Amino acid sequence: MTTTDETLTQYVVLIYEHQTPNWPDDMPPEVMAANETFDDWIAEQGGRVVAGVGLQASDTATAVRNGVVTDGPFIETKEALAGLYVLEARDLDHALAIARMTPVADGGVEVRPLLGLQLGEPG
Amino acid sequence: MTDVERAVADAHRGEWAAVLAATVRVTRDLDTAEEAVQDAYVRALQAWRRDGVPARPGAWLTTVARRTALNLLRRRRTFEAKLPLLLGPEETGPGATATDGDGGAAIPDDRLRLVFTCCHPALAPEAQVALTLRLVCGVATRDIARAFLVAEPTMAARLTRAKKKIAAARIPYVVPPAAELPARVDAALTVVHLLYSTGHTAPAGDDLVRRELCERALDLAQVLRRLLPDHPEVAGLHALLLVHEARRRTRTDTAGRLVRLEDQDRSAWDRDLIAEADGMVVTALRAGPPGRFTLQAAIASLHAQAPTYESTDWAQILALYDELGRVWSSPVVALNRAVAVAMVHGPEAALPEVERLEGGGRLAGYHYLPATKADLLHRVGRDADAADAYRAALALCDNAAEREYLAERARSVDPAG
Repeated sequence: MTTTDETLTQYVVLIYEHQTPNWPDDMPPEVMAANETFDDWIAEQGGRVVAGVGLQASDTATAVRNGVVTDGPFIETKEALAGLYVLEARDLDHALAIARMTPVADGGVEVRPLLGLQLGEPG
Repeated sequence: MTDVERAVADAHRGEWAAVLAATVRVTRDLDTAEEAVQDAYVRALQAWRRDGVPARPGAWLTTVARRTALNLLRRRRTFEAKLPLLLGPEETGPGATATDGDGGAAIPDDRLRLVFTCCHPALAPEAQVALTLRLVCGVATRDIARAFLVAEPTMAARLTRAKKKIAAARIPYVVPPAAELPARVDAALTVVHLLYSTGHTAPAGDDLVRRELCERALDLAQVLRRLLPDHPEVAGLHALLLVHEARRRTRTDTAGRLVRLEDQDRSAWDRDLIAEADGMVVTALRAGPPGRFTLQAAIASLHAQAPTYESTDWAQILALYDELGRVWSSPVVALNRAVAVAMVHGPEAALPEVERLEGGGRLAGYHYLPATKADLLHRVGRDADAADAYRAALALCDNAAEREYLAERARSVDPAG
């Protein structure tokens, strides 16, 4: 694990959204706008975003289970995984204080400690 | 029990949390600290037999536990280096060792940190309760398992999983900042209240273990009150538990059967405890808009001071339930409020409220709902319906004393049924 600061712990914030048929096109503009400034806000709180990932709608997903390919996400849920970011924070309370401000349209987040992170070389 | 055994038992009950909290300062992880403290108590029994009980048992235990912890850490250094640390380095610096001079007596904050870590909302409620018993009260895993009617390996796994989450997710070992404190204090009080309720009205289980839960909950409430003197809800909870204690012996008869509040021998209630609790309630009520524990304590206190069930100040109790419903809306509160409605406005007025709760479905499986409905039906003269409702309650209830009571009620309202 490569933390910039030894007193910080890395978490993954998983973003779950109740996805509408035209997701992500009909994601509300205010949520999009809030996402633009969110990293800066996190930095002001003493945290840091190491990496961020946004996902296409869950109906574009393909699952492979025991070698069998099926249409759709691995687990069907009312709220689908819509994105995630790797966050460095002091402790769980700090991480939760930041994660709870994550811009979401209609859903919520899950915070989990990170086991490992490997980023590919820029190609 | 010998004098030495008693001294160790006293130190266990009185000093465990402080010794553990002081040891965590050295180990910076809960698991190692717990092991070291456990070991210190075992050594105390031998050493105190040989050398006599030290003047300050807590300081002796802390010194030994810290030395053991350092040895454990030295052995595990390579392993330990890979684990996230519970305390930041700044917290184990010179400020933290200032307590060493007087033999390592922990400052009060240390015990609070321990309580807030164990009662962190990121842990499952049953894990919070188990961790508090193990880490704050020092109750053995075996005894916690017995109190909650689960197998010892199940409880051990629950504790291990919770401690693993504390370390992996880095749940902080801190007293929360002022903005979060009220919610976190409420979470801690909920755990203490749950401990007491489990002991007081356990669905099953042996009496001795349940009694210990009540005593631990009372100890915790007292400690929290000392550590958080500016939080009226802490006093509210403590008062609530004291009123329950004052009436405890009259809750069941000599055969262990449940006795209803209206049938309890009020002359046997502990008047000193009731007066002490009432003083605390009055102070807590003056401190501002009351929280749920203060309101529940105020209701319990009014009951405890009434000369008879009928002459209870039911109008005041109803007003307190209205306020309680505003700050802490729950169907159980609404059900208790219905009982007060029946006393103030008659059972006819209360029945529709109970039926509405029944329709709401959130109390399905809660045997006090049909039991309360049965009482009301009996009072409006619908005895056959009342007997059915008592039998519905009986089908939902696991506690032997309460089952016997419900069966007896069903027979007495409808002998033909």
